[in-house]
Amino acid sequence: MSEAQHSRPAPGTVCLQVRDLTVTLADTGAAIVKGVSFELRAGKVFALVGESGSGKSVTSLAAMRLLPDALRISGGSVDVAGQDLFGLSEARMQEVRGRRVAMIFQNAMSALNPVQTVGKQVAETLQLHTRLRGAALRERVVALFREVGIPDPEQRFDFFPHQLSGGQQQRVMIAMALACEPDVLIADEPTTALDVTIQLQVLNLIRELTRSRQLAVLLITHDMGVVKNTADEVAVMYRGELIERASVEDFFQHPQQAYSQRLIDALPDLTQFREAAAEAPLLELQEVKVHFPIRRGLLQRVVDYTRAVDGVSLTIGRGETYALVGESGSGKSTLGRAVLNLEAIAGGQIRFRGEAIEGLGRNAMLPYRKQIQVIFQNPFSSMNPRMTVGDIIAEGMISLGLGLSEEARRERIQALLQRVQLGAEHANRYPHEFSGGQLQRIAIARALAVDPELIICDEPTSALDVSIRAEVLELLAELQREFGVSYLFITHDLSIVPGLAHKVGVMQRGKLVEQGTAEQILTAPAHPYTQELLAAVPRL
Amino acid sequence: MFAYIVRRLLYAIPILIGVNLLTFTLFFVVNSPDDMAASQLGDKYVTPEAIANWKQKNGYDKPLFLNSQAAGVGQVTDTIFFDKSVRLFAFDFGRSESGRDITTDVATRMWPSLAVALPTFLVGIGVNICVALMVVMFRGTRLDRGAVFVFVALMSISYLFYIIGGQFLVAKTWRLVPISGFHTEGQVWKFLVLPVLVGVVAGIGAGARWYRTLFLEEANQDYVRTARAKGCSELSILFRHILPNALIPILTGVVVLIPSLFMGSLLIESFFGIPGLGSYMLDAINSQDFAIVRSMVFIGSILYIVGLLLTDISYTWADPRVRLS
Amino acid sequence: MKPVLLWSDALIFLLVISLALFFWRLRHDPQTRERWAEVFSSRLGMVAFTIIAAYILVALLDSLHFRRALENPESLATQEVFYDNKVSSVFDVLTGGMGDRFERTYSAPFALLSFEKENIKDASGRDIRDFPPLRHAGQHLAHPDERTADILVKSVSALLWGLLLCALVITPQWLLLRGSALPWAASWLTQGVILCAGAWTVSISHHYHILGTDQGGADVLYQSLKGIRTGVLLGTLATLVMLPIAVTLGVMAGYFKGWVDDVVQYLYTTLSSIPGILLIAASVLLFQVYIDLNPDFFAVGMEKADAKFIALCFILGVTSWSTLCRLIRAETLKISQLGYVQAAHAFGVSHSRILGRHVLPNVVHIILITFVLDFSALVLAEAVLSYIGVGVDPSMGSWGNMINGARSELSREPTIWWTLTGAFFFMFILVLAANLFSDLVRDAFDPRTSLRRAEA
Repeated sequence: MSEAQHSRPAPGTVCLQVRDLTVTLADTGAAIVKGVSFELRAGKVFALVGESGSGKSVTSLAAMRLLPDALRISGGSVDVAGQDLFGLSEARMQEVRGRRVAMIFQNAMSALNPVQTVGKQVAETLQLHTRLRGAALRERVVALFREVGIPDPEQRFDFFPHQLSGGQQQRVMIAMALACEPDVLIADEPTTALDVTIQLQVLNLIRELTRSRQLAVLLITHDMGVVKNTADEVAVMYRGELIERASVEDFFQHPQQAYSQRLIDALPDLTQFREAAAEAPLLELQEVKVHFPIRRGLLQRVVDYTRAVDGVSLTIGRGETYALVGESGSGKSTLGRAVLNLEAIAGGQIRFRGEAIEGLGRNAMLPYRKQIQVIFQNPFSSMNPRMTVGDIIAEGMISLGLGLSEEARRERIQALLQRVQLGAEHANRYPHEFSGGQLQRIAIARALAVDPELIICDEPTSALDVSIRAEVLELLAELQREFGVSYLFITHDLSIVPGLAHKVGVMQRGKLVEQGTAEQILTAPAHPYTQELLAAVPRL
Repeated sequence: MFAYIVRRLLYAIPILIGVNLLTFTLFFVVNSPDDMAASQLGDKYVTPEAIANWKQKNGYDKPLFLNSQAAGVGQVTDTIFFDKSVRLFAFDFGRSESGRDITTDVATRMWPSLAVALPTFLVGIGVNICVALMVVMFRGTRLDRGAVFVFVALMSISYLFYIIGGQFLVAKTWRLVPISGFHTEGQVWKFLVLPVLVGVVAGIGAGARWYRTLFLEEANQDYVRTARAKGCSELSILFRHILPNALIPILTGVVVLIPSLFMGSLLIESFFGIPGLGSYMLDAINSQDFAIVRSMVFIGSILYIVGLLLTDISYTWADPRVRLS
Repeated sequence: MKPVLLWSDALIFLLVISLALFFWRLRHDPQTRERWAEVFSSRLGMVAFTIIAAYILVALLDSLHFRRALENPESLATQEVFYDNKVSSVFDVLTGGMGDRFERTYSAPFALLSFEKENIKDASGRDIRDFPPLRHAGQHLAHPDERTADILVKSVSALLWGLLLCALVITPQWLLLRGSALPWAASWLTQGVILCAGAWTVSISHHYHILGTDQGGADVLYQSLKGIRTGVLLGTLATLVMLPIAVTLGVMAGYFKGWVDDVVQYLYTTLSSIPGILLIAASVLLFQVYIDLNPDFFAVGMEKADAKFIALCFILGVTSWSTLCRLIRAETLKISQLGYVQAAHAFGVSHSRILGRHVLPNVVHIILITFVLDFSALVLAEAVLSYIGVGVDPSMGSWGNMINGARSELSREPTIWWTLTGAFFFMFILVLAANLFSDLVRDAFDPRTSLRRAEA
């Protein structure tokens, strides 16, 4: 295994230097990355922060010469050990990739070859760059798996990617990247697709490996919490340019740019909470259960149920925000759908203003549809692309028979659009002309159009960039003050809870493991799972 | 897995019953046996006696579904539906309208069909994959665009012209092989070369274009970028990563056809005079022998259902993510 | 003159009008417009579309049927007007009676003499066996050797006429569209080529058989042109029959799920498990039996052929809906999970409204792609079906019938190649144009391909 080993660079030496990197669109020539320069040092994590479309991922791909065909490197250089990578032939470049500079990607599930065992995939890197073969090769891969913390590495060698959890997949990616002991590791949003508790573990692993192997790490992320926990140095990218660069301590204490300040402000302030609101209950859930049948055998009989929601009881008061927190698959969205009567419940009671609404038929439910509305996670799929914004907002008013004349409807649509800080003229446009943040405002306007008393917000901000997220949350809070509407706010992100919710419930595997006021949960969590979630929340 | 297969086989039963009912409706309800007799006998002999005679000779003189004159089980079994349709389930195809035993015919004629169809199928897939891989290697270049245009042009030529052109060039002008015919003794391959060649060439346009799309779809996946970041060469990415993944959709499209290879190809067999099931069907259509058509519909449906089952099973073999339950 | 409205004529005009209305309605939707602009922004798309449009125009002109009034013989002193038993179309008139110039049997392209020897009388009145001169080729020539020069002269003058025609057709378009960003020049060039070729064809065909004649002595070029209507009509009408079945069942299965889905899945699995060609053949044969038994049903022979043709379209449509149905079911399943359908449920929007406003408009791209794709497949299928003997009526001109009639003639010496060439050429151009166009339409409308481009 010696060939892969070479003398480790001394801490702090420059391992990769980017100078004046410029990337343009191949067909129009428009610049995506404009003259970016930075250097990566051994044993240090350099974080490149920015929102989607800022050019941070393009920068990292350009450094590896892995850009898609539509993009072109049109200037600058990337030096690794005195060699300009842009001057190398493709064959020489293949020797650099994986050997000197390695990369891990955002979504490990799709970044791994689905039909090859993970062991083979890691072994392939070693086969390409070393002479290890046979049993020695397998041994080395198993050792790598052990190093990145994969349990039972011998068995896991023969697993396919889909048989591993998300965190383990990302660990495999890291093992693959580290196999040939590269000097430089580029990590492109390595934790974005993971649940928060797993995120922390993976980041800690990267952090440890940086120290133990004296790696020079380029960490691409949009999450300031990740930066704060992991990085030594940080650079902010905005519309293709590096607008600020500083050590992590300096950056968080004295940001130079207003944009940087905004990014930092998106971090939660775990000292201020909302007081509990009035106690007149609007929505009461008692032991609500939603079960999905599992069918097996010759006749596809129902042998068991997936207990997506397994006996949840909670109460939401008028004008109150209840944050339902949990990781993916915890059943929180299913619960939201059950309240909307879009999912049949297997047991329990749902009371709205004291009246039982579970299991109502389509027509019996209609009066309640006016009062319970919903905002979905993905703004792009929650609007029919073939309808104008005006028609989209009008739909509920028409189908729920609000009895407005066409004129009155139009006025109401314009008023609503203005209320969510869009122009009245936007009513005639189509959804694809808007950004994600704008679409989410339209979704809010659509829900408000029928004067609801309760809005179920199913992760309404998780598809949005951090700075826009804050604006949407602020808008929701304003509307609550103005109209006295209640929210059931479903989220995986505990960090947005403080300024938002009066009460918090934590869900795990279909059960509500803990609930209480926001302050209780965030300052004195009782359940170990809540504690784990909280530990993963970045702090200022 | 076993339960899955059994369940699929059980599911095949209602489908076959549906096929049966549909063909029965087509052949006996839309057109009554009287109509068929009249049209089979031609204009001259259409007397009521002639029709009755014909019906009796061919076994169409019974009631459709329920025979109230018969006793006991005979009420159901002594009917046209039972005679002509239900018996198919026991693979009892009966006699054709010209009096031949259909089961024997099918058993002897399926082998020549297979002798042509199987090589065409295998060579075709091989050639198409190779051509598509070559084109994918040059993706995004002019060569790629040119190749796609050629594929589309090849697709736009009628199958008939491939056959006619092949016979004209290879057999007539160059005199390399006989134009048509089939003998089981001696050099069988001489009669097989041209039909197989024509079949393969005719399939290149559509096949290679489809495979190219599949390969390109895989080439845009994230794991290809990962492989590149490892330092894999483009060639090894193509063969070690893209090809195994693209095999999955290729399998779904292709495995379903395997059992149907027994049915042969109508056009190839009739042009090249191969005594297989394809030409058998064509002859039946031309002589309006509905007994044969009905039997072949049934056989074809069974083979298709077996193909679907094979497809599912091949999935588990090619794609570790799929488990049948 | 007495107009004749065949069923297929009515259907094709209905189809064209409804398509026009459909696109007229779509023009409001900016996304759709953008995608169409993408299709037409490539020169290839323009050329392919122009060719398809030309074929459709020919098909439409060939669908305006009438029967000529016969002049009453003088001995008959009634005022009653009698009509020719033969049905002509506007297209026949425009080609200048190309179809009326029959020979006895085969003749090669531009030939002056028949292909086969016959017993004829020579100048001195003796019976000899030789190639007889054609009735409608080179009659105006004083000597056979003048033929090449004559063709050249006539071609030049025909092309000049063609250019004049081009100027008439293209200038108004140029005036209207010159500011457009789309590559109209490519279309104009294609139009120019088609117009010139058309003018040349019509004028030369008065004096020669450009593609020779077939066994019955009919002009091959004329037959190839008549095949256009059959091909285009079959390609569109069969799809038109299939669409409502496939869309209704597919959308219902994907939206309502449960037992509706089970039933629809059962139906299309059953249908697709039957070998398609056998099902089609059997259905056509059964319809044939029906026609044979009811011969008095149709006034003229053409109506019988037309009824058979429409039946063929129906049979093709009814037997081929399973693929589209499957696609639409899958897409509807996907759409039903999307936020906007869920939101509509939360607003209490009725099922019919959700289907009409949310689901249907978002599966239109699949319908469109299938429509264009199936068109070329059906044109090709027609040839195969006619060969098998279950295609369009032999009295109705079609490429399949031409191939069927001529396939054995390649083995003759010298080879008779022109019938096949004529059918091949006209069929190939149409199918190629349709295939290229469908590729572009798919690239523009298939979200999978457009997504890939957006990511890059």
